Amino acid sequence: MSQDRREMQAMRPPMPMRHGGIRPGMPVQKPKDFGGTARRLMRYFRPHAWRIALVFIMTVLGTLFSILGPDVMKGITNDLVAGLRHEWMHLPGPAFRWGDILRILEELTGLYVLSSLFSYLQQYMMAGVAQKTVYALRREVYAKLERLPLSFFDGRPIGDVMSRFVNDFDNIGNTLQQALLQFVSSIVTFVGVIAVMISISPLMTLVMFLTLPLSFYVTRFVTKRSQGFFVGQQRSLGLLNGHIEEIYTGHAIVRAFNMERRALETFDRHNEALYESGWRAQFVSGLIFPLNNFIGNLGYVLVSVIGGLFVARGTISIGDIQAFILYARQFSQPITQLSSISNVIQSTIASAERIFELLDEPEEAPDPEHPVRLREPRGAVAFHHVSFRYKEDQPLIEDLNLEVEAGQTVAIVGPTGAGKTTLVNLLMRFYDVREGAITIDGVDIRDMTRADLRSLFGMVLQDTWLFHGSIRDNIAYGNPSASDEEIRRAARAARADHFIRTLPDGYDTVINEEASNLSQGQKQLITIARAILADPAILLLDEATSSVDTRTELLIQDAMQRLMEGRTSFVIAHRLSTIQNADQILVMNHGRVIEQGTHRELLEKGGFYAELHRSQFAGASVDEALREASQSGAAPISGSRSGSG
Amino acid sequence: MRKLFPYLRPYRLRIVLIVTFIFLQVLGNLYLPTLMSEIVDNGVLKGNLPYIVRMGGFMLGVSIVAVGFSITASYLSSQTAASFGKHLRRDLFAHVQTFSLEEIDRFSTASLITRTTNDITQVQQLVNMMLRMMIMAPLNCIGGVLMAVYTDAKLSLVVWLMLPVLAGVIVLVFGRASRLFRLMQGKIDVLNRVLRENLTGIRVIRSFNQVAREAERFDRANADLTDTTTRVQKIMAALSPALMLIINLAVISILWFGGIRVANGKMEIGSLMAFIQYVTQLLFAIMMVSMMFFMIPRANASANRIWEVLSSETRIQNPKSPRSEPQAAGLVEFRGVTFRYPGAEAPALSDISFVARPGEVTAIIGGTGSGKSTLVSLIPRFYDVEAGSVLVGGIDVREWDQEALRGQIGYVPQKSVLFSGTIADNIRVGREDASDEEVREAARIAQALEFIEQMPDGFDAVVEQGGRNLSGGQKQRLCIARALVRRAPIYIFDDSFSALDFRTDARLRQALREAVRDATVIIVAQRVNTIRDANQIVVLDEGRVAGMGTHEELLASCQVYREIVRSQLGEEVTA
Repeated sequence: MSQDRREMQAMRPPMPMRHGGIRPGMPVQKPKDFGGTARRLMRYFRPHAWRIALVFIMTVLGTLFSILGPDVMKGITNDLVAGLRHEWMHLPGPAFRWGDILRILEELTGLYVLSSLFSYLQQYMMAGVAQKTVYALRREVYAKLERLPLSFFDGRPIGDVMSRFVNDFDNIGNTLQQALLQFVSSIVTFVGVIAVMISISPLMTLVMFLTLPLSFYVTRFVTKRSQGFFVGQQRSLGLLNGHIEEIYTGHAIVRAFNMERRALETFDRHNEALYESGWRAQFVSGLIFPLNNFIGNLGYVLVSVIGGLFVARGTISIGDIQAFILYARQFSQPITQLSSISNVIQSTIASAERIFELLDEPEEAPDPEHPVRLREPRGAVAFHHVSFRYKEDQPLIEDLNLEVEAGQTVAIVGPTGAGKTTLVNLLMRFYDVREGAITIDGVDIRDMTRADLRSLFGMVLQDTWLFHGSIRDNIAYGNPSASDEEIRRAARAARADHFIRTLPDGYDTVINEEASNLSQGQKQLITIARAILADPAILLLDEATSSVDTRTELLIQDAMQRLMEGRTSFVIAHRLSTIQNADQILVMNHGRVIEQGTHRELLEKGGFYAELHRSQFAGASVDEALREASQSGAAPISGSRSGSG
Repeated sequence: MRKLFPYLRPYRLRIVLIVTFIFLQVLGNLYLPTLMSEIVDNGVLKGNLPYIVRMGGFMLGVSIVAVGFSITASYLSSQTAASFGKHLRRDLFAHVQTFSLEEIDRFSTASLITRTTNDITQVQQLVNMMLRMMIMAPLNCIGGVLMAVYTDAKLSLVVWLMLPVLAGVIVLVFGRASRLFRLMQGKIDVLNRVLRENLTGIRVIRSFNQVAREAERFDRANADLTDTTTRVQKIMAALSPALMLIINLAVISILWFGGIRVANGKMEIGSLMAFIQYVTQLLFAIMMVSMMFFMIPRANASANRIWEVLSSETRIQNPKSPRSEPQAAGLVEFRGVTFRYPGAEAPALSDISFVARPGEVTAIIGGTGSGKSTLVSLIPRFYDVEAGSVLVGGIDVREWDQEALRGQIGYVPQKSVLFSGTIADNIRVGREDASDEEVREAARIAQALEFIEQMPDGFDAVVEQGGRNLSGGQKQRLCIARALVRRAPIYIFDDSFSALDFRTDARLRQALREAVRDATVIIVAQRVNTIRDANQIVVLDEGRVAGMGTHEELLASCQVYREIVRSQLGEEVTA
């Protein structure tokens, strides 16, 4: 399963990078419950309430000041015009009232300085608020992940959670930083400009309004037309990316079979289709800017002409026209801005919704209030009438009983999907049993804290997980306080010391992102060293040596034997030769233990295990051997696995 | 980014057209205030109503022409950007096709995928924005300055003074922010990596009780990113208010000095109004572009990643006069071959020599990491040797035409790789012109016929991407059929029977023996009993030949082989 997941990660379609604002006409993901999600998102602002209130006030003030500019400015023009008239008519006295003009200029300077100052402060403060909010939200989601049961992670691709973390948070951060304030200032501008315009000349304002429906109509028209192209573009892009992934992943085969030309032909086909829909989507959606600009110009012409006529008739002043012209530009802007901001906000709320979905996932059952703690764990494990299923309608383990004494080694054999790994999941409480109970030294594991329970176990899994860091840190993962000497000893016991020392930096060699500087077998050796160092009461080895060749396995075997001595051990193995010495062997199939006993007992019994043993020494692995065994009728395996037979 | 500019060269003419059209549109937009000033000076102030209406009509005409230019420019730029992306993407894809496995390993497949998909999209978007918006700003500046000078040369001094101050502010802010931007990008990567590790390693983390430590690690990355982002945003917060302030102060100076000029009769009042509008238009153009600067660092990083791929040439090239016919068909020979992965301290293969002959089965066996797969990947020249030589058909692989060389080989990989398409398509990957009959025959030998015929569409059944809808064993058999349909003189099976159940395996081996009787067969194997009958077994240990011979010979002479056998078959067999 983990292998599949890793593949899915590599195959997952590339995440869309941050969009510098959503283009008009691009299909927007709509939230399911806008109001509810928005309110919930608002709650995260509460700690910053007074700051946000201040930011809002500053936004409103800053916008108002900049709106007032042209209205104040018109006084100068009017003064100048009056001065010119004065001169033409050769009236006595000074024509230009410079004192008046200077006073207006001072007023203007004040307005503009304040407006810029407020706008700076508002963005400066919002940066803190937005980032703190995103930080807190990210932290909360991460903390939530810690409390989610494993079924959550097993049930979905990593890419899904990753994309919520990366894209959705990015989206929210940007919106908080910019779109929200733009939204406020757009509305204030819109309302404010209309108010000032009406106060100057209601009739001319009416003229400006004539262009409004046109603007709406154009926006809708463009959006509708471009939608189809964007969908086509998305489809072609999906096909193209799929093809690229496929060809790159199969590179060796492409080269081996001289497929390059054929691959390129398919690529060209998808690439051409992408081009065709892509440029059209860009073009049509891009029409919105020139068209709205044109409508703005239309308003400009109307104002110039009609305003000119009014001035000539003496209804308004020239300064009014000047103010109007400057307003006309500010008036058409918020409309286009608002429509794109509303898209941004919609997609942000949709992002928030996806994040809240994570936060609303059901959590693991909490640890008991008064947990039992094993002071000196011996490691006696028992399953009492345990039933478990991953999916409600698919019973997996039914009424399993098992008694393991402290220090015993239990081997579990069975085909893939028989429930071997499920036993590990249940023991570690990655999943909880449905019925019955599991006890360690007589204590129900649900009466312990998960942390205490897990500290009893040392685990080596088939899926070798290492993190980006030095080999030393990786070995010391379960025991960060281990000394260098202890780490070395553990590595030696796992037969890893030699190859580690041949690496360029020895124990300080940093394992790279994809851990591609180590072979699968080497990684497994490191995880074994890690378990050795952790020195647990109970060992879980789940196909621990599956990626190590048989010769090396023999060498490790010896180390493992020593490790297992005196410890209760559960060994899941695919090669029978490695488990012959176990105290108990459980043969599992379909979640049921179908045979139980020692190697000798089971051989003598001549049942399933004996058949298995015979065919495996003809060279097959457990899976194959079991299939063989079941085909020859030795054991009841129904054909639920879709194997290759 | 600059390195990718040659990709824009084919569009020179178009770009010139785009620039021209945008410039005309800008001039049209700037001409409107001039016309307006005429209305004010000659119409309004003189009460000439027909003049006002006539000029209004003229303004309308200018607007229509301007929008026409604008739409044409946008049409051309959309096509240009998309076409640029198309060709760049194609070149990149075609270039990656020439890579040997060495380059693929170096970049990693996942990274190459991102570069071909995401990074190209980023760069294409930037080009689109550049052609639409960014070239508009300088044109607007030029147009605005021109009009200002034309309207009143003396007053335009204010504009001349304002421009360097604006440029200074932009350079200052971006200079400080761009370093932080890069830092931020790095921190985003760290956060993502921590998260990814946490998600993939969740079982280990929980079982080792390291949840708290991981949370701390995440929190550190989170706080670090938040800190840097906040700093970037706080710097960027200064940009647009500063630009606004500069422009508004310029307007105020224009009003003052312009007012004086109007009073002295050096300038008309309408021109002063137009002058102010030129400056405000300039402001909007500059603001718009300054927002677009955000895109540059990201697209630039993408462009660098693309260039990195485009500029790395594979070391495996066809020779000047390639050979395409074998001298001795089917013969494969290793002569003292040493090979090392790039940067590796120790060679993966040292001094390997053996000969695999037609009509014989040569098996390669050895432990994990002993170099088995590496060895066979040298035969189709996926890598080049460091010393010695690999000969196929009696000719050094480096003298072969690569395509012809690979045509000699039917290769079955360790990990089954299929492509989306039908089953028949997938088998025909082996040989394009194979007849239906040949495809069927190959499937029969590979023991795939039975399950293919059980599918509703038989050979036309669709294989999903990566062969998701097939089981491991089915995929493996299709891979074998694909190789068989080639009828190549050489077959390589790289541990290719691992997903097959016992009976199928046996039947397949039986059928294979017949089908490839005259060919050279090289089998990489883990399990001894599958290769017991091989004519020759090469035992690899840590990249060296530890022994060579038949099963019996090796049991007698080779310690490593005996250990392998013992580990698999138990003590009794070797005793």
